[in-house]
Amino acid sequence: MIFNIPFIAVAALILIGLYAVIFKRNLIKMVIGITLIESGVNLFLITLGYREGSIAPIYTSSPGGIMALPVPQALTLTSIVIGVAVLALMLSLVIHIYRHYGTLDVRKIGGPEE
Amino acid sequence: MNVADLIDLLLQHSPALIVAVPLLGAFITPLISRLNDKVRNVFVILTLGLTASLVFLLASDVFTGNIHTYIFGSQDLALPVVRILFEVDAMSAFMAIISVILSLVAVIYSWSFMKENTGLDKYYTLILLMTAGMLGMELTGDLFNFFVFLEITSISSAALVAFWTNKAKSVEAGFKYIVISTIGALFILFSIALFYGQYNALNMAMIASAMQYTFLDKIALVLLIAALAMKAGVVPMHMWLPDAYSKAPSSVTLILVGATQASLYGVFRVCFTIYGGAINLSSISIGWILVILGIITMLLGVAMAIIQTDFKRLIAFSAVAEIGYMLLGIGTGLVVMLNPEMTATGLAAMKGGIFHIMNDALDVGLLFLVAGAIYYATKETSLNKLGGLARNMKYTTVFFIIGLLAVSGMPPMNGFASKLLIYESTYQLNPILSIIAILSSIMLLAVFVKVFHSAFLGPALPKFENVKEVPKSMLIAMGTIATIIIIFGLFPEIIVNSIVEPAANALINYGDYVREVIPSFTGGV
Repeated sequence: MIFNIPFIAVAALILIGLYAVIFKRNLIKMVIGITLIESGVNLFLITLGYREGSIAPIYTSSPGGIMALPVPQALTLTSIVIGVAVLALMLSLVIHIYRHYGTLDVRKIGGPEE
Repeated sequence: MNVADLIDLLLQHSPALIVAVPLLGAFITPLISRLNDKVRNVFVILTLGLTASLVFLLASDVFTGNIHTYIFGSQDLALPVVRILFEVDAMSAFMAIISVILSLVAVIYSWSFMKENTGLDKYYTLILLMTAGMLGMELTGDLFNFFVFLEITSISSAALVAFWTNKAKSVEAGFKYIVISTIGALFILFSIALFYGQYNALNMAMIASAMQYTFLDKIALVLLIAALAMKAGVVPMHMWLPDAYSKAPSSVTLILVGATQASLYGVFRVCFTIYGGAINLSSISIGWILVILGIITMLLGVAMAIIQTDFKRLIAFSAVAEIGYMLLGIGTGLVVMLNPEMTATGLAAMKGGIFHIMNDALDVGLLFLVAGAIYYATKETSLNKLGGLARNMKYTTVFFIIGLLAVSGMPPMNGFASKLLIYESTYQLNPILSIIAILSSIMLLAVFVKVFHSAFLGPALPKFENVKEVPKSMLIAMGTIATIIIIFGLFPEIIVNSIVEPAANALINYGDYVREVIPSFTGGV
């Protein structure tokens, strides 16, 4: 692979995601940050299993040559499914928060105990 | 087929069944809910009762020294093929017992406590899912599987924390919890990828036997401990815990205590098993990190508990403090593990730390249930507005006194037994540690005496004139826990010898855990 670009992309995705979660004031942007971290980790898993010039690991009609490792792909699929569930839950909670406070700005949410 | 054969068969398949029963039950619950509410409640209690009996069956065998493995996929252990293992040693069984007891009590408590809410079919489904997730985390022998169960637990518990969606604060606490959990879980997934890239394995025992303690492994260790400690509510990563504990329904809080401890179990599994061999190289530093985290957690938890005016939030901060004791005990064990002169101290510290996991679950759980009972009766959680409740709620008052004495480690209760073990052993490591631990306990006592005074004593308030004792199911739930607390407090030796010591030994002799999967492994004797 050229200059380990996938790994650089992994680091960039995770760092941008962390930045968004920590510094952004908007709840939706925080959620986007989390999905960015998730994409970074998924990309990392996929990259670990990939070898240059390898083909998809389908054993029955293989033309020969090296195959990509299927386990990380299975892990990634699982992780994506979990990610969708988490994303749906987070967004539904954001909707509820918006109903209560009328804003998505973290600085205006909260306040005194009811 | 006679009964003995059936029990053998059940025992053999129990690791899978323990997770499968609540998982299947969770998805049948909404269907049964259409019939009748009572039938559904009975069904949920029976499902958890069946799970509990399976856990006890498995535990009774595991505590005699057998390690159970259950293989999904290829049966040949020598083949490095893809498969998922459940591996149950004494520590896993110990944690599974705690989780299943908490879930069962919480469901019995919910019968009356949640009666007036709508959407209870979803509530019970989520509770069963959460139980399945916790048990899966504790029984699995596969790191990726651990991640999946961790996410199942986080998603269902975040939804449960935000169950009262009409309250803005509950939804906020739920959102905080899911954000923290997801980021933690993604770090765990990242470190799993680091392991997989190096050792081509996901199995904990296989990784432990191949562990080289390279630079990447150190990164993975930091990520794993940070993420799991964040989920366990260790200071300085505890900010979600008081919100989640205090805003969730009390029955859910009880199970959340179990979920927190399942994450703590993850910390121990990582430190002792996966890095069991490598930790020999640097055990001092990692053990000391756990000890220092424990001390900070303890002090900050108590200090924050003193200034709270909300009943449940106060208990939540004391729960943070209690986590400190477990870390202190286990960390001390890790520090002195390699010093041959202090083997007895190390074992005592480990026993204290592990015993305290169970005691904390019971003590803090009981206090949360009492807080829930007071909320149920008065619709009030602010300590400034409560008062004179001992007149109307006799049984609840007694349960609160039991919880108060237990959580602050007073002699007749179980908290004393485990805290004494921790004080004694940490004193031999460094007297200052045990002084801080004792000081925190005294401050906890002060905190709860204040609560007792302001909520239960004092003049009868006119607005609470019509307050009645809570319904039977809640009293049964609190009574069950209170009975266990007193029994443990009166006969700590039996519990320590029969279940705590095997669990401590299972953590220390991690080689047995690895050898169950990799017979040629020679380390960890």
